[in-house]
Amino acid sequence: MFSWFANPHRFLSLSNWLAPACYAGGLILMIWGMWQGLWVVPKDDYQGGDIMRVMFMHVPTAWLAMASYSALAVMSFIWFIWRHEVADVAAKAIAPLGAVWTAICLATGSIWGKPTWGTWWQWDDARMMSVLFMFFLFLGYMALRAAMDTRQKAARAGAILAMVGAINVPLIHYSVEMFTSLHQTASVITSSGPKMSAVYLWPLLSCALGQSLLFAGLVQTQMRTEIRDRRTAKLRAQLMAGG
Amino acid sequence: MSAQPIFAAFRQALAEAWAGGAGALLPLGFFAGTAVLVPLGIGTDPATLRAVGPGILWVALALSSLVTLERIFQADTEDGALDLWLQTEAPPSAIAAAKTLAHFLTAGLPLALLSPLLALMFQAQASTGLLVNAAYYAVGGLAFYFWGGVGAALSATVRRGGLLISLIALPLYVPTAIFGAMAMTDAPGSQNAPLLLAASALFALAVAPFAMAAALRLAAD
Amino acid sequence: MTEPLLTGTGLGMIRGERVLFRDVSLEARMHETVILRGANGAGKTTLLRILAGLTRPESGAVTRSAPHHWVSHREGLKPHETPHEHLSLWAKAWGATANVDGILKFMGLSRPADVPARHLSAGQRRRTALARLLLQPRSIWLLDEPFTALDAEGRELVLSLIEDHCREGGCVVAAIHGEAGFGAANEVTL
Repeated sequence: MFSWFANPHRFLSLSNWLAPACYAGGLILMIWGMWQGLWVVPKDDYQGGDIMRVMFMHVPTAWLAMASYSALAVMSFIWFIWRHEVADVAAKAIAPLGAVWTAICLATGSIWGKPTWGTWWQWDDARMMSVLFMFFLFLGYMALRAAMDTRQKAARAGAILAMVGAINVPLIHYSVEMFTSLHQTASVITSSGPKMSAVYLWPLLSCALGQSLLFAGLVQTQMRTEIRDRRTAKLRAQLMAGG
Repeated sequence: MSAQPIFAAFRQALAEAWAGGAGALLPLGFFAGTAVLVPLGIGTDPATLRAVGPGILWVALALSSLVTLERIFQADTEDGALDLWLQTEAPPSAIAAAKTLAHFLTAGLPLALLSPLLALMFQAQASTGLLVNAAYYAVGGLAFYFWGGVGAALSATVRRGGLLISLIALPLYVPTAIFGAMAMTDAPGSQNAPLLLAASALFALAVAPFAMAAALRLAAD
Repeated sequence: MTEPLLTGTGLGMIRGERVLFRDVSLEARMHETVILRGANGAGKTTLLRILAGLTRPESGAVTRSAPHHWVSHREGLKPHETPHEHLSLWAKAWGATANVDGILKFMGLSRPADVPARHLSAGQRRRTALARLLLQPRSIWLLDEPFTALDAEGRELVLSLIEDHCREGGCVVAAIHGEAGFGAANEVTL
C-alpha cells in the first residue's frame, strides 16, 4: 500500500557502482593534486611561503561547503514538492558531511591564517565568515531533525529550515562582504580563477574535483546506510504488528 | 478567509505578553542588565564604551528577542490553542505574523525606545542621532523577532528548545545585525546601510510568516 | 438521501514506523452521530484530527461541506484565561455575536466565570471548552472524549447538547471511551 520501495531501489542499484567509482576517481585526483600541491609546485613567498600549500586543501573545502549546502537545499525542495523519499535521505546524509567539510575549511583557514597574518581567526575575511555561518546552518539543521519525534516530522522540519536557510544565504554572503569590505584587509586567498597561474590551477582543480567526488561517494554510503536503517525499522514494525 | 481571527490573535498575544507575570519587564530587565554588565566587564574608558556601545546593544536586542520567543508557539502547541487557531478562517501565516508582531511591540519595541538612554550610559554624545538609532534598532528588532519566530515555530514541540531556537536564528540574524550596526557608523560605504536594514526587515516580514505557518502546521500534525 | 456533511475515504496513518490504521472510511450525515472506538493509543484522536484537517493523513481524503467545531482534551485554555475571556476571545475570532454570559450560565460556569484557568477544576475547564460549541452554530461537531472529567450533571448536559444538535440537523463525530449514553448511527472501531 505505501509504496516506499520503488525509488530507493533504483538508487541502491545505481550507487552500487557509482559510489566506488566516486571513491576511486576522487582518491586518484586527490592524490595527484595533493602531491603536486604539497611537493611539486614552487612555493609562493607573496602568499606566505610554504604554508600557502594549505590552499590546496582549504579552497576546495570552501567550495564544497557552499555547494553541499546548496545541494541540501535543492534536495529539501525536491522532497517538499514531490515527496521522493530518496531526496529526504540525501538531505539527511549531506548535512553531517557538509558540517565536517565546513569544519575542515575553518580549521585549514586558521592554519593558513596564523603564520600568514598572525592570528588564528580573521574577522575581516568574508569567505571565512560566510563558511562559519554555513557551519551553524548545518548544525541547526542536524539539531532540528534530531529533536523531532518521528522520521516524517524530521523530514518536514528539516525541509522548512533548509529552504529558509537557502534563501537567506545570498543575503548573508552579501552582508558579510559589505562588512569586511569596510576594513580593507586582504582575505586568506587573494588569487583565484583565471588570475592564478596554471602551475597552481591544475592541482587545485584536481583537488577540488577529487574532494567533490569523495564527498559524493561518502554521501552515497551514508544514504545507503540510512535506507537500510529505514527498511529495517519498517520490517521490525511490521513484525511487531503481526504482519 | 476572514481577518477577524488575525486581530483576535494579535490582541490576545498583546494581552498575554503583559499577563505572564513579569510580562514585558523580563526582556527589558535583561537588556538593561546586559548593557550594565558590559562596562563592568570591559572597563569604563569612555572612548572604548562609545565605540562598542551600539554593537553591544544590537547583541542585547538579539538575545532578548530569543528570550521572549521561546514561549510564543510552544505554549500554544501544548495547551491546544494552536489547534484552534489553525482551524479558523484566517491563513496561519497571518496568525503567526500577528502574534510575532504583538510580541515585538510589547518586548522588542520598548527596548529600541530605551536605546538612547542606554547609549548615553555608553558615553555616546547626546544628539538627535540617538533617536535615529532608536529607529534603526526598532527596524532591526522587527527582523530579529520575525526570523526568531521561525526558529520558535520549528522548535515548538521540542522540550527546552531555547538552544535550538538560538542555533537556528543566529545565521538569520546576521544580515540585519550587520546592516544595523553599519547604519550607525559613518564609515565609507555605509550610506546604503539604513536602506539595506529596512530591506532586510521587509524581507523578514515577507518570508518568515510562511515559514512559521509551515512549521506550526507541522507542530500540530 | 442528503449529501453527507463529512466524508473520510480510505484514510490511513503512519506514526514513525507504526501503521496506526489503514483504509478507514466513514461518513456523517445530518442528524447522525458517529462514535469512534478503540483502545488507548489506537488512533482515535489522530483520526479525529485528520477529520478536522489538523493532521495530514498518509493516504485517503477528507471532505467537509460545512464548518466544524473542535473540542479535544487539550482544551485550548491559557493558564491565566478565565472562562469569560476564553469565550469572548473565540467569539471575536470567529466573528460570532454570542451571549457569553448566557452560555456560561447554561454550562454551569457562572460562578467560576472570572477565575483563571489554572485555578479551575478539570471538569470546569472541560465545560469551558465545550461551551465554545454554543458560540456559533456549526453543523459538524468533532469531539475527543467529551465526557472526560465531567460529573454526572456535566454528562447530562453534554448529552442533551449532542441530542439537540443532531435533532436540529447537525452531526457529531466523537471518540468515546466506554458507555456513550446516546444512540449512534455508526461506530468505527480502530
